[in-house]
Amino acid sequence: MIVAVASGKGGTGKTTIATSLALAVDTARVAFLDCDVEAPNAHIFLQPDFDSREQVGLFIPQVDEALCDGCGVCADVCQYHAIVVLAGKPLVFPELCHGCGSCTLNCPIGAISEVQEVLGVLEGGPAAGRIQFARGVLNVGQPMAVPVISQLKKWRALQDGQLIIRDAPPGTSCPVVEAVRGADFVLLVTEPTPFGLHDLQLAHQLVRELDLPAGVIVNRDGIGDSRVDDFCREADLPILMRIPMQRTIAAALARGQTLVEAFPDYLPRFQELYIQIQSLVSGQPVPAPREMAGD
Amino acid sequence: MKLAISTASPQLSAPLDARFGRCMYFIIIETTTRDWDALPNPAASAGGGAGTQAVQFLTNQGVGAVVGPHFGPNAFTALEAAGIQIYSADNGQADELLEDFIAGRLEKVTQAGESGRHGGQGRRR
Repeated sequence: MIVAVASGKGGTGKTTIATSLALAVDTARVAFLDCDVEAPNAHIFLQPDFDSREQVGLFIPQVDEALCDGCGVCADVCQYHAIVVLAGKPLVFPELCHGCGSCTLNCPIGAISEVQEVLGVLEGGPAAGRIQFARGVLNVGQPMAVPVISQLKKWRALQDGQLIIRDAPPGTSCPVVEAVRGADFVLLVTEPTPFGLHDLQLAHQLVRELDLPAGVIVNRDGIGDSRVDDFCREADLPILMRIPMQRTIAAALARGQTLVEAFPDYLPRFQELYIQIQSLVSGQPVPAPREMAGD
Repeated sequence: MKLAISTASPQLSAPLDARFGRCMYFIIIETTTRDWDALPNPAASAGGGAGTQAVQFLTNQGVGAVVGPHFGPNAFTALEAAGIQIYSADNGQADELLEDFIAGRLEKVTQAGESGRHGGQGRRR
């Protein structure tokens, strides 16, 4: 089972939810992937011991100018215009290249080889005892997060039968699509503010486009207005949990504690959340969400 | 020499388009005869790499100089590699800019502008 935690709006509590979900279920069967490779932060809460590390990159073309006859086929086939042939000479723009390999494949005289451009690293190790933790870290200055996320999704320590939790980046752009693609369920974390609603609507469009089942967690409940509730009802999006706006929660998170560590009464609620996700994914009747009043 | 001017529409009286790589048209003028043609820019709606695609297009048209308001870093690098002279203008219409070019009143660009990141002027992956 793969559960992705996404949000649309940043700072709604994706990592808060993802880390507590990871701790609430049988941790021996949990893998946690921090897919927010531009600003990973789940390690602050789960404190993994990183014991393995590998570089990730993209294979970009290198043209042997002695062989190249300037025919321009590479430029014609490149969807990203990352290689052009100007005045009979090839010119590669590595930061435009998506590493698809079309130029190499189509060069009629085999003048193109590929060299790896390192984009970032993957790091992994055990966290909170038995959670298999891994994260991607995009190198500073690199614009392309997607290849790092797609490699992270294939992290070698992942095993069948695990609950794989993917903590997605904020927004609804390519890195988010990559982080949620292939998941069995997407948890959309929002807050009941106009901004939270606006970005929830975008995130909902994204999961609908990808045909992924989703449910909503309303964080900082009690602020804003009821329009998130109205939207979820109209969009047939189940609200699976509400976490109240509460200063003590913010203070615990700021200390680097997870929600379930700081407030153990949340443990059964996250266990129930996982049961609800399982029934939503399997299509079995869903137990009615037990909506808890704010503390 | 063939001069290309980035424009918003396909007439000689067309105003300069605000962006080079994603301009709607290139008015391409043979400066000796003043014969001209308006060609739609194939890179106008490119997902990314519009600047490099536009330069590839202009190179294939045999263009020797361009006039535009702003050139992103990728377009600039490609234009330099192609040996195309780069001139900037803030505004104006194609026929006026042609006369400015011929009279040597346009400023030659020697540095790229800032990357646009989202939808133009050197957007990256």
